[in-house]
Amino acid sequence: MEEKIMNQWMKELGPNSDVVVSSRVRLARNVSDLSFTHHASNEELKQVGSKVEQLLEEDDHFQLELIGIDSLSEFERKMLVEKHLISPEHTQTNKHKAVALSEDETISLMVNEEDHLRVQVLLPGLQIEEAWSVADRLDNHIEDQIDIAFAEEYGYLTACPTNVGTGLRVSIMVHLPALNMVNRVEKLMSAISQLGLAVRGLYGEGTETVGNLYQISNQVTLGHSEEEIRENLLEVTQQIIEQEKNARKLLLQEQEVSVKNKVYRAHGILTHAYSISIEEAMELISNVRLGIDLGIIKRIEPTILNQLMVMIRPATLQLTKGQKLSIEEREIYRAELIKELLD
Amino acid sequence: MLCQECQEKEASVHVTKIINNKKQELYFCKECAQATGELKFGSDFSFNNLLTGLLNSKPHSHHQINLSSKQLRCSNCDLSYQEFSHNGRLGCSQCYDYFGDKINKILRRIHSSNRHTGKIPKRIGENVRVKRKINNLKEEMGQAVAKEEFERAAVLRDEIKELEDRLDNRG
Ligand SMILES: [Zn+2]
Ligand SMILES: [Zn+2]
Repeated sequence: MEEKIMNQWMKELGPNSDVVVSSRVRLARNVSDLSFTHHASNEELKQVGSKVEQLLEEDDHFQLELIGIDSLSEFERKMLVEKHLISPEHTQTNKHKAVALSEDETISLMVNEEDHLRVQVLLPGLQIEEAWSVADRLDNHIEDQIDIAFAEEYGYLTACPTNVGTGLRVSIMVHLPALNMVNRVEKLMSAISQLGLAVRGLYGEGTETVGNLYQISNQVTLGHSEEEIRENLLEVTQQIIEQEKNARKLLLQEQEVSVKNKVYRAHGILTHAYSISIEEAMELISNVRLGIDLGIIKRIEPTILNQLMVMIRPATLQLTKGQKLSIEEREIYRAELIKELLD
Repeated sequence: MLCQECQEKEASVHVTKIINNKKQELYFCKECAQATGELKFGSDFSFNNLLTGLLNSKPHSHHQINLSSKQLRCSNCDLSYQEFSHNGRLGCSQCYDYFGDKINKILRRIHSSNRHTGKIPKRIGENVRVKRKINNLKEEMGQAVAKEEFERAAVLRDEIKELEDRLDNRG
């Protein structure tokens, strides 16, 4: 596999990128008449694989490149997770797992994940509709060639009942430093979770979040149409954007000195540290990003921060360096890399 | 009031859940509330916890396990209902039929609904699409009759008939 570090959501800024980092649409689909992945025989999993292979061979529109997970090194697999192209569960090398990626890595099709097929489209900024339209077209192409498990009452049938119906999970990643500083995130999050949406921190499994980044997605997949699900999330997102922007304005009005101090100190540490942990780096990157969005810092491209967020993660870091590093060596190389990119 | 889960002990935990603005009142005994993870909901955003909680079948000493549900098994893939409640994953698409009412209940709890209203696959979903159309037309026809618009109702009736014939021909 070609070692590509950057992909589209890291290189470009989409609409509303001062608050929304990325938008993602995921569809869960299964091949009818075959057992779901975790319960399937080796033979069945192989069949899923070859159906996808055939599908991709006959397609010249999406031009996805199919990669067997077992053909990748451990770092390469982990890097795909860090770039949000596959799930952590999809790094196992058994079970005929594969992933098909588009050239710009906005589309990924996971094969033999929890469901036989997981279509994912990831775009920078607030682009839920755009991501949906790509995923929908790829989905149409898939079900044109492959018989998909579908029932009149329950819709698309999935291994886990939490995905049944539309099989659609729409999520956005938002950066909420100001709301966090004025202690309003928790309240907002609990309000959101009452609207049938789930909120979680970016990398943490629990509720601990890193770098003021939150992922918000729909929980309910059955009983609402794809359009309703998207609209619901979009509406909530627009409210979050407004609230974060208000909080930023408020911060600048009432705590200008302390905000500026925080931003410049963050920039200072990032450009001068000899060694840095991922948590500290994420926190400081978040502050610098806020500084850029508030116009305090002017000569840094905000895309650099999106890139950094992935590049400083362990597997990607070691792939960039081209060798295995100890934790200490990683923290030194991380600091080096950040300095280089921010200069 | 009896616990909704085991229908056996007195309910002492009251949970109000709001999904999509629909309020749901749940009553559990202490053991079941812990086993279903309902207590955690609200403070913990993780949805997976809720689901495995919902399905968690750790045998409670004070509960009699329903024999019929213990023996329930999908004839297509041989997954037992017990295995499903352990790991929260179904074995094949036909499990949804074989676990019938139980799945239905779970879906209503998770999604507050048990009916797909979204996308229908073009090629294999043609019949489903026609059926959905027939249902919509029938509803319209009912409304037309109620408003005494009999001419319109007749047109709709013919349209329904035509679609139904099309379904029959395809088998
Ligand atoms: Zn009970
Ligand atoms: Zn089954």
